[in-house]
This record gives sequence, C-alpha cells and structure tokens, in this order.
Amino acid sequence: MPEQTTTLELRINGERRVVAFPTHHTLLEVLREECGLTGTKHGCELGECGTCAVLVDGRPVLSCLALAAEMAGREIQTVEGLQEGNRLHPLQQTFADLNAAQCGYCTPGVLMTAKGLLADNPRPSSEEIREALSGTLCRCTGYHKIIQAVEGAAALSAGEDWTPAEEVLHGTRLPERGSE
Amino acid sequence: MAEPIESDQQEEIRDEPGRHIGQPFRRVDGRAKVFADDLHFPRLCHLKLVRSTVPHAKIEKIDFSAATEVPGYLGSLTGRQMPKPFGILPVSQDEHALCIDKVRYVGDPVAAVAATSEEAAYAAALLVDVEYQPLDTIDSVDTALDEERDRIHDYGDGANVHKRVSMRFGDVETGYAEADLVLEDTFFYEGNTHLAMEQHATVAVAEDEDRVTVFSSTQTPHYVHRALAKVLELPPSRIRVIACSNGGGFGGKSDIFNHEIVAAKMALELGRPVRITLNREEIFYCHRGRHPTLMHLRTGLKKDGSMTAQHLRTALDGGAYGSYGVASTYYTGALQTVTYDLPRYRFDGVRCFTNKPPCGPKRGHGTPQPRFAFEVHLDKAAQQLGLDPADLRLRNLAEPGSVTSNWLQLGTVGLRRCIEAVVAGSGWRERFGKLPHGRGLGLACGSYLCGAGLPIYWNHMPQSGVQLKLDRSGGVAVFCGEAEIGQGSDSVLAAVVAEVLGIELADIRLCVADTDLTPVDLGSYSSRVTLMVGHAAHQAAERARMLIAKAVARRLDVPLERLVFAERRVFDAADPEQGLSFEDAVTLAEAKWGTLGTTGSYTPPRAPGKYRGAGVGPSPTYSYSAAVIEVEVDPETGLYRPVHVWIAHDIGRSINPVLVLGQVEGSIYMGLGEAMMEEQAFRSLPRHLSSALVHKTPSLLEYKSPTFHDMPPVTSYLIEDPDPLGPFGAKEVGQGPLLPIPPALANAVHDAVGVRIDQVPIHPHMILKALDEKGRGRQARYGPAAFPEIDFGETLIVPTPAEGGDGRALDDPEKRKAHDMVGETGTMSSRDEALKAKDRALTTK
Amino acid sequence: MLRLPPFDFHTPGSLAEVLEIVAGEGPETRVVAGGTDLWPNMKRRHQRAERVVSLMAIPELAGIHAHNGELALGSTTTLEDTVRTRVVAERFPALARAVASISSPPLRNMGTIGGNICVDTRCTYYNQTEEWRRSIDYCMKEKGTICWVAPSSPRCWAHTASDSAPVLCALGARVEMKSKQGERIIPLTDFYRDDGIEYLDKAANEVVTRILIPDESDSTHCRSSFWKLRRRGSIDFAVLSVAAAVWTDDGDRVTDARIYLGAVGSRPLPVTGLAECLEGKVLDEETVSEAAALARKTATPMDNTDFQAQWRGVMAARYTEAALGEIAGLEPRALPPPHLL
Repeated sequence: MPEQTTTLELRINGERRVVAFPTHHTLLEVLREECGLTGTKHGCELGECGTCAVLVDGRPVLSCLALAAEMAGREIQTVEGLQEGNRLHPLQQTFADLNAAQCGYCTPGVLMTAKGLLADNPRPSSEEIREALSGTLCRCTGYHKIIQAVEGAAALSAGEDWTPAEEVLHGTRLPERGSE
Repeated sequence: MAEPIESDQQEEIRDEPGRHIGQPFRRVDGRAKVFADDLHFPRLCHLKLVRSTVPHAKIEKIDFSAATEVPGYLGSLTGRQMPKPFGILPVSQDEHALCIDKVRYVGDPVAAVAATSEEAAYAAALLVDVEYQPLDTIDSVDTALDEERDRIHDYGDGANVHKRVSMRFGDVETGYAEADLVLEDTFFYEGNTHLAMEQHATVAVAEDEDRVTVFSSTQTPHYVHRALAKVLELPPSRIRVIACSNGGGFGGKSDIFNHEIVAAKMALELGRPVRITLNREEIFYCHRGRHPTLMHLRTGLKKDGSMTAQHLRTALDGGAYGSYGVASTYYTGALQTVTYDLPRYRFDGVRCFTNKPPCGPKRGHGTPQPRFAFEVHLDKAAQQLGLDPADLRLRNLAEPGSVTSNWLQLGTVGLRRCIEAVVAGSGWRERFGKLPHGRGLGLACGSYLCGAGLPIYWNHMPQSGVQLKLDRSGGVAVFCGEAEIGQGSDSVLAAVVAEVLGIELADIRLCVADTDLTPVDLGSYSSRVTLMVGHAAHQAAERARMLIAKAVARRLDVPLERLVFAERRVFDAADPEQGLSFEDAVTLAEAKWGTLGTTGSYTPPRAPGKYRGAGVGPSPTYSYSAAVIEVEVDPETGLYRPVHVWIAHDIGRSINPVLVLGQVEGSIYMGLGEAMMEEQAFRSLPRHLSSALVHKTPSLLEYKSPTFHDMPPVTSYLIEDPDPLGPFGAKEVGQGPLLPIPPALANAVHDAVGVRIDQVPIHPHMILKALDEKGRGRQARYGPAAFPEIDFGETLIVPTPAEGGDGRALDDPEKRKAHDMVGETGTMSSRDEALKAKDRALTTK
Repeated sequence: MLRLPPFDFHTPGSLAEVLEIVAGEGPETRVVAGGTDLWPNMKRRHQRAERVVSLMAIPELAGIHAHNGELALGSTTTLEDTVRTRVVAERFPALARAVASISSPPLRNMGTIGGNICVDTRCTYYNQTEEWRRSIDYCMKEKGTICWVAPSSPRCWAHTASDSAPVLCALGARVEMKSKQGERIIPLTDFYRDDGIEYLDKAANEVVTRILIPDESDSTHCRSSFWKLRRRGSIDFAVLSVAAAVWTDDGDRVTDARIYLGAVGSRPLPVTGLAECLEGKVLDEETVSEAAALARKTATPMDNTDFQAQWRGVMAARYTEAALGEIAGLEPRALPPPHLL
C-alpha cells in the first residue's frame, strides 16, 4: 500500500506555507522536520509531559497527538513566533530574569501554554497558572519560578511595572537569631 | 568589582558585592538553545538500536535479512565490529557498544540499523531477528549473592558481586562501650532515575575515512572522547566531541552511552551524518541512576547526644554493568563523617550485578541513601534520648577545617547557620512535637562535595582548563571544556571572567564543550564546575588582567597596583578620570605583547587520606544544607502532602543568587520526587511461566515525576560565608540541597502520626500499614525487616587523626606495591606517590 | 521519537460519509475523535489501523444542547468545552469535576467527551511499547495468550480508564450510536462490558454521536459527587474513582442512590446493594460507612496500575465515604486530592 501523503497550506506564526507530508505525521513531526521549526521540543510523544505544546487557534495542544492533516485553516503558534520582532516577549523577559528556564527544554511548551493562558485570562491567580501549566513536567526548576515569571509577564503585559520580590532573586532574608 | 591589582595569581576573598558576582543576572545561554536532536545535516540518516528482549542470555544468532528488505535500509552493525570494551571507570571496562556474546538486561543494545528515515530504521529494527539461549535471571542482591547462579560478568568480587568494600576508622567497639545508647536500624532507598526532559540524542558526522565529529547530549564530552577513541580504535585527534546544550542531566548524561559510539561507527561506515534520538523508554534503559540500597546503621550516642561510633553497612543493586558503581559504592560510605563529628566509623559496602539497567550517579551520587538512613536514625536517637532533633545535630557539628575520622579535609562548615535558619523560619521550637495529630515537622541535614578531588582516570593534568582570547575589538572569547546542562555553568564561567576584567557579560563570547577547540574540563558532574572552572577562569582572567595592566600602567605612568578594572575601563584608583576604555587598554596590550591569549587551570588540593579507597570522598570543600518539612498526613488513608519546605544552604558565596535558588528549588523538587513517588522498579513475571524481568514503568506517565500541583511552597535561605577554597568564596549547590529532603519528609511523617517509615519512596499504604501495626500494639514502623549476612571482604584498618594515624591503613598490602593503585579510581594515595610508582613500574618491566 | 505507523486518514465533513466508510469494514478501520487515546496506543503498536476516520470535521457532532428533558453532549465536544459549558457546570457539577480532572489542560483541549467514554481499558502490561511487550511475550489483550495480572485467569483484567464514564453511569446517561443500518440508544451502563478486551457494546460500524443525560439527574433533582484517586495532581489516569448520585425526598431521606467505581474493574462498577442499603435513610456517618463497606466489596483492584492494589481497595471505601459525605454535607475525613482543593 503506497503511503498516503497530504499537501496543505499551514498557517504558522502568521505565515502561510504549503507543506507536503506523510498523512500519518503529527504536527510535531511536521513542524520540526518539514518546516524546520525545531523550537518545539518533545519528551515522550505520548501526551504525557507537555513538552511539545503549541497553540492551535489560541489554545494549547500537544503537537505530538495532533495530526498535521487536521490543521487546515487553523492558526498555529510556536515558540519561534513568540518574540516580537527582535524583542523578547514579556514571558521570555520574566523567564530570563527569574531563571524560570534552566535547561530550557520544557520551556517552549511552557511559554506557549502560558501565552494561551494569558490570552484567555490576562491576570491569572497563581493557582490558575499552576492549573493551566500542570500538563508540563519540568525536572529542573521545582515550578515556583515559572509561576512567578508568568505572574510577572501578566503584569508587564498589563503595562505595569514589575520588580521581582527580593526573596525571589536572593532568597528569603535570614530569620532573626533572637527567635532561636 | 573595583579592585586594584596586587599580584599575579593571588586570589583573595572579596566580600563586597561585585558587578556580576553576587548579583542576579540573566543566564548567558538563555536564548534559542540548540539541542542535539535539533541539528540537521545534508544526507542525514537515522540510527536505531535493537535492544535485548530477554534479561540474561547468550546471543545465538542475529539475522538482518528481513530488516534489509525495508525500503530506506542503509546498513547494520553488530558488536563484533566494535570488539573493544569501554566503561567510565578504568576498573570497570565491561561494556561493549553492542553486545557481543551475551545480553545482560532487557534493553541491552544488541544490534543497530541505519536507514534514510527514523521510521524506516524503526521498522527495520523490529525485523531484526535475534535468537537467545537463556541464562539465570539475577533480579536482586539476594540472588546475586547466590554462588550457584550464572554470572553476569566474569570479573568482580565473586558470585554476582561487583565490589566488596570494608574499612574501619578507629576502634568502633570502644565507641559502643562508651555509649549510653546504641541504636540499630535498617533502611531501604529504592532506585530512581534522572528523567531529564530531553531524550538523549547524538549526531555523528563523518568528515573523512578516519575522522568524525560527534554532537551529543552529554555532561562529559571529555570522557566520551576517550571512549570513542578506544572503541573506534582511532587516535583521539581524529575525533571531535561537541556537547550540545543538555536538556537536563542530573548525572544521567555523565556516562558513555552505546548509542554515542554506535552513531559514530555508523557514520564512519556509511560516510554520511547519522542521528539517533532515543525514545523515552530507552532512557530508562540507559539509566545510570540511583542505586536501590539496603542499609544498616549502628550508632553509639551519649546521653548528651554526642556520637561515639557508627557502623554503616550498605548493599547496592547495581544493575548489569559497572558504570560508576565502584565509586558509588564508596560514596555510600564516604560522606557520613562530614556533617557531624563521628570519632570512630566503620563502613562495609557491597555492589551486586543484576539483570537490570545499570545504576550510576544521580544528583547526590551514592550519598542520598545513607544520608536518608543517618538523618532518620538521628531523629529516632533524639526521641530516645529525650533531645530536640535540632539540638542533637547542633551538639555534633563537624568542626570547620578539621580532618574527619576517615581523613576528609573539611573547609568552612555553615551547617550551624543552616540549622538555625530553618529552625527559626519554620517555628520549630514552638511547633515541633506540638502540632495536632496529622500535622508534623521534620528536620534533616546534608552535605555534598564541591567537585571530586580526583579525576576518573589517573593523570597528572589539571581537572579544568580555560583559555582566553582578547583582541582590539574589546571582546573576550572564553574557551572551556565545561558542559552546560541547565545548571548555569556557562553563566558562572562568563561572570568570573567579566568580573575580573571589569567588563560586561555581553563583551564575552563563550566557546565551550568542544574537544577540538576547548581545553579539557572533566565535565559537569560531582558539583565540580563552579569551583574548578571558576578557579581556572579566574586564573586565566587574572593573567589577562596583568598583561593589560602592565601595558596601561606604562602608558598612564601609574603604578601597576593602583590600576582598577571596572565599568569597561582601566583606570587609576587614585584618579579615576585617568584611564582608558577596556577596548583601548586591550589594544595597547596587543601592541605591547603581540596576540593576546592566556590560560588558567585548576587542580584540587591533595587529600590527607592515603588508604585504598581514600580517593572517593575528598573535595576542596563541602557544601551544607538543612531543611524542615511540614507535612499533612491523613491517618484514615495514609495519604499525605508536604505543606511547606524551609531550606538553608551554605553556598559559601553566590556567584549568581538567582541561579543558586534555581538549583536549591530544583533539588527540593527532585528530593521530594524520590521521597514521595519516583521508583525505577521492575517486574519479575511468574517464574514457572517466564524468566522476564522488565522495567515496570518506562514512561513519563507511569514513572511518577511530581507535577506543578505536587510541589509545596518553599522558603529558601542562602547562607553566605565565603570559603577561601572556592572561587570568590563559592561552593556547590547543584546536589547538596537534595540530601536533607527525603529524611526530613520521613521525620515529618513521624511527627504527624507517630509512625516510622524507614524507606523511600513513602507510599500511603506504608503509613496506613504502620498505623495499623501501631494500633495492634506492635512496632509503629514500615521498612525492611533485616540486613542480610554479607561477606564484605577483609577490613582495611585505618587509624584516625585522633589516634595519631597518618592517613594510611595498617597492614595495607597495597601500601607496599603502590603501582597497583594506578588507574583504579578511589585507590590513588597521592599524585606524587602514584607518579613514582608509575616510574618504578616502567623501569622494572 | 515514537511515531505513528502509516495509515490512510479520512476527515469527512458529514456523518453519512463516515458511516459509509465504516460500514462493512472490520477492525482495520478505526474512528477517532481527538486522538489522545488512539494515537499513543498506535504509536506503541498495541492498537492498529489501516484506515482512520476522524469525526472532527463534522460540525453537527460538536456542542451541547438541552432538549426533550435531556442534555445532549455531542460526541466531539472537547473536554475543555464540556467543562466550560455553563449548563454542565451548573446542572451536573460532578460531571464537570470529573471531566476537569482528566489528564492535563492541553490534553483536554484535544480529547472529546465521546472519545473519553470509549477510552481503551488500561493495564501496565499492555500500555507499553512493542519491544517491551515482546519481552513478556505479550498478553491476551494484544497478541498474547495470558493475562499477566492474573495468570490463571481466563479473562483480561485491564481496567476502565474513563473519568466521565462512572459519573455518566451514575447519572443514568444513555449513549446514542449511529450506523448505516440506523440508530441505537442504550443506557451507558449497558455500553460497558465486564471484560478488559471487549469492553464496549459497540460494533465496528457504529459511531458514538451523542451522550444523553436525563434532567432527573441534574442538580435540582439529585446531588452528585466525584472523587478521583491518582498519584499526582495532573496528567495521571485515575487508579480509583468514585462517582455518586443521590436522590432524596423532602425529609432528606434517600429515594435512590447510585455509585459507580472507576479504574477498579474492567468497566465502571456499580456498587451493588447500594440503593437498598440507603433507601429511606438519611445520609449520616453511619449510613455512609455502610455504603463504603459495600463499595469495598464491589471494587476489584488489581496490580495493573499505580499504587498497591490492596490499598486501592481500602481507598474505595474511604473515597465512597468522602463522596457521599460531601453530598451529605458531612465533615470531610479523607485528605482531598488536588483537583478538589
């Protein structure tokens, strides 16, 4: 049986391109291999880690479990499109400031999921951030810096000043010895 | 920092804040990282390993005929084409790129196929037909000790024992006799794995018939380089290894992996680039993670809580190959002495071969297991002695600068301040033992190396090297073999150079982890990078500073020692207006000296221990941590949840506090994962039906790594007390903060519901079972019943410093033939001795 | 990376076209609506298909509508849209809670309610790669002859993995299926079979089109609850779930009660004798404990998922107490899982 192929016009990060690919290929494969957009990473290819998340029509989805063949007419956003020109997106700025990306491998998926959240809910509570990002596993950070960075980006995006708390950058001030 | 020049090489501790050092700054490698799997080359083809589906067997036949029919098939390899063995330790060269005669665990690579697409390679691999002749399955330490079973390897210390270790420092029996309480406990720490989010990947590019470049996700490009040269039987100069950004390491990419070697071989065979990216299941087979370890502790204490003696026994389930296992075995005993004063200490350890993926170094390498045991044991001791667990620890603190009973030279010890911080922060004095049933607090401490004192293979060269290139552009290129694995080592390297030269991070261009271009650094393991690379970078930068300063001093007619490097300028401390831009200063120096380049290197100080095994444990200095965990336990179900973690870490001095906090919080996360849920566990199928021994949960779904919802709030205190042995006073942070977490959780569970869980991970059914036992009036405990009778071999007797010892063992046969020490890790007494021994060996041959 | 094997893929725009494709086809044709279950299973090669037909391009299959005394959930409504639909959250809070607890947020943007009720049964001897399953010589659910969970058992013990199914069963939902031959609507409880392999009463040529929940089960008529046990606060499947629905009279006396247990059997297990046990009584500590004992007897947890099996049996009782206790407004006794915090 000859392998079925699909030719589609995909809309990725606002750009249209015609892509031909084997029909059984996932969006993850097509982004990384046919389109050369290797910013989207993968950790399991089974929907278990969130690493490959991208936005489709504004919502975070797992590109490892989406067939590219079902992407006709849909707006796909990947981490490559996050920067605004050569300026970092507020999420990228706050992630950089707080060391919310350590090895950086889960980061593209986290950033895109967070972007989807902020579009839906511009000032999420820390609990809402936690829930929205809970499909992503990160082995480096312990998650707190990520949550704080998303809060910071929400503030920056709202045009507010954002300065990380002293303890976020330097650790908590040592307790008075008197209480010993 | 604005600091006048004093002299070449002189490094002193500077407490005042620097321009970079001590300041939070954005990591220098943050943008658009490229991982090995992201690389693409023209004519790239794809490799797939065929892995064993049986746990232990002789290979009868490998048939590729069906595989070759797959469209796109390009070629295949078997172990016979790469007959040279390899292994990370010189004493355990027991691996082959592909198995030759036998397979040793489900997942052991037995053949390889290449094809034009990954899909085709996978399809072909599934069609490779391998016939096996089964051998006994060795599934545990118990079966490994059985002399009657088939052996996994034909070397080691008898039966399926890889290594037996026994050593005694001081008269332990006298210590017990002096004690008011002699406490005995048995503990178990389950194996677990690193689970970096990036799946290991390697791309090999053949550049000539005998020349290949290997891009890999590795923490140790230098060791990979050496192994490639050995197995490919090529001069190292024909092989270039480039460590790509690592998408997490945690020790899991610090070994040499089959796929790295096979990819290089296949690229050389096919004459085209080859990529292999492992899938998640294969990562669980690469493993090299935490050894499952059974432990027994016997400790003597006086009424005031001071310890008189300790005897630790450990049994490690090592898996199918040696890996770092000899070092791991020693590490389960080595660092018991660095937190508290242990005047007499005995350690017996054994590592067994089993038909499972090999264990090795994971964050804390060999020490989280005995640390868990020790800290829970101390909690019980405090309870029995009627002491506050915090006071018991404060009573026993190791003395800064002292030499321990097992001959480790300590540096600064910030443990007192760590304990005080978490005790105050958590409200320990007011709340421990007083919270309502179901709520509890637990305290524990830990300590870790700031770099292993000795390299993995014997040599006299520096452990870290840095080169600088400066020119009229004003930019500084920094070359170093270190590998960024997400911990921020690139940023430390850049910050040290920028600080010394008074320039900005943006002025620095890094070239790292490339065996062709960068001077050797041994790699990102043993928490060595900040200290060792930091020192080497500091030295290289100081030398560059001196070259520039000499040129500028002459031009400005200012004494050398008055020159300050800061704010991208070189100027007179007495008259800051008098000066040059850094760019102009470098131009002057280039005119004066010719092309500018400097080097720096670092070799750790000699350790005082000179007995066999003394090579594992020494470090230039040690970091310290203390943690308090508050937990909520549901006595009806055994379900529990950590509510808050307070941690204090003795960092010496933060190079970048925001990176330090990242390591602290990440270590807590990983420690909680190990304590609560992570297990590298195996299933034995019913023996009468099958001898299969398979990984129980080789997926990100079923191997439980905590999610966003499972991480409790954290309060982190950084204890800054510069250690003269660290660059700018810095110590490690990548591994140490993990150590107190598992025992603090177990201790907190006890405070909450009054039961002891003497093993991790702590599953809710264990708490429920222990509560049930308690309700029946039996021991309120869940844990291993007993430690088996094990022959640990002849005991090495080493007098302690207090006994007037000299760091050597009594009657150590090795002492008489020092050349035996060469090449075996952990067996080198001193560089000088080994050097002499080597000379003798050469002349007597 | 793990990749899908090749197959022909169809995305028809009408149900009629789908039914035409699946008519007369055997198991080599599969229907997909979201793919969060089928694609991983195909990547691991324990489900296979030569032809896959997606329902996602058929507009009329998505959406939630109330009519004729029922709430109709279109089978391709995504899990996230199900949760976000106000009528679901207000009238069927236990269902909203169950669906909101499925896997993780990005997966809920892809998975569908129809897909979730059809989700394949799970087992740690089955949800593994081809190579792993080779090393145990497979199991009876796929290629093999033995159930490794219970080697002397003639049947497969893979467990139901749907979070919506136990709630929908408790709420008395029905499922609508269409084929070229016509339409079939059956109670959801009959949709599930007590077998790990043939776990659905659905022919290969039938397509699930709607799930119908009766108004008598909404929050104005009945009180419902859903408790789910899993290791982590996200991503994980349930290793036990308890879905409870209780109808009472004016005096708070129970007139009807249903509890279905998820993940401790091959189908959502009804707690037998529950209605008889509770009928005419007020839910209090005592009656709740009696119901919990029945749940304990009903559950058949096996060593084929996370956590110790025996403990999961204990938890069936504790979480039944918790779910009924929540309905009765009693003081919570069990530590609630993160999705309830």
